[in-house]
Amino acid sequence: MMYGRGLRGLALATALTITVAFALVFFYAPLDANQGFIQKIFYIHVPLAITALCGFVFGGVLGAMHLRTGDRKWDIRSYVAIHMALIFGIGTLFTGTIWAKASWGHWWVWSDPTLTSFLIVMLLFATYQPLRFSIEDPERQSRYASVFAVVAGAFVPLNFLAVRLAQPYVHPRVLTLTGGNLPGPMRLTFVVALVGVALLYVTLWKYEMAAKSTRAQVRALRRMLLGEDSVTPLKRSAAPS
Amino acid sequence: MSVFAVAPALPLHAAGKYVAGAYIVFLAIVLIYVAIMATRLARTERELIELRRDVEERRRQEDGSAPSERSGSSDREREPVA
Repeated sequence: MMYGRGLRGLALATALTITVAFALVFFYAPLDANQGFIQKIFYIHVPLAITALCGFVFGGVLGAMHLRTGDRKWDIRSYVAIHMALIFGIGTLFTGTIWAKASWGHWWVWSDPTLTSFLIVMLLFATYQPLRFSIEDPERQSRYASVFAVVAGAFVPLNFLAVRLAQPYVHPRVLTLTGGNLPGPMRLTFVVALVGVALLYVTLWKYEMAAKSTRAQVRALRRMLLGEDSVTPLKRSAAPS
Repeated sequence: MSVFAVAPALPLHAAGKYVAGAYIVFLAIVLIYVAIMATRLARTERELIELRRDVEERRRQEDGSAPSERSGSSDREREPVA
């Protein structure tokens, strides 16, 4: 599959959407009555968190596809999806702690179930790469990693529901199934920012898949043209080859 | 009432550095990722150059042992790799 196909258009759409989102954040969305200017962090922090959590679930779905078909391309896709979600998750943690410090005066509030549960999800998925690295046989590595991705991916929505039901919480609840309590301009800004961050996730996923696919093709070409001995064996790695 | 709801709004000069910090973190993460990917791309490019060199070297060796088969391969040699 050509992962690079459409990548340029996607990258341009991402850059455009994120630029528009930032312009809306700083020049269109009104200041929050309680939080003031500091609430602007919401437009980057929450989309990053939603995209990261969806990325983990996406990785689980791709892992399930690998277990179903046995085709290793699904394992590579799952690996990249989780890898990208971890990066977005790190962004969520950093922007969240900055917002917490400005809002609550603390970098971290352990009593808040949303913060703690997100950290648990991050720590859970942080064990994905060491798990892969600990298994030498590529076949077993990809199978075990897919099982992990499915189980941990299923944990994400369950965890989300559990946190939603938790009382009391410190985190604000501005997004609900009934529409939430965001005013129109704020909601529009948030939706554009969410689309921008989601597009960024898809673009970077495709970008990394294209890079991995190209490298694999170069190795395959070398093997085909010059024989098996010409290809240096890959070092032990957490990344699927 | 939650702590969040009663938190007073910070004045702009105090809030600005936190907001800037959050957005800079986001941009920094994207830039660091793109830089890492650029390094990997450079490695793939090096591998491709090595492959081309090895293939040309092998072709030269084969041509040396069988000079009559040389014709017809010159067009392919001129093809750009990337």
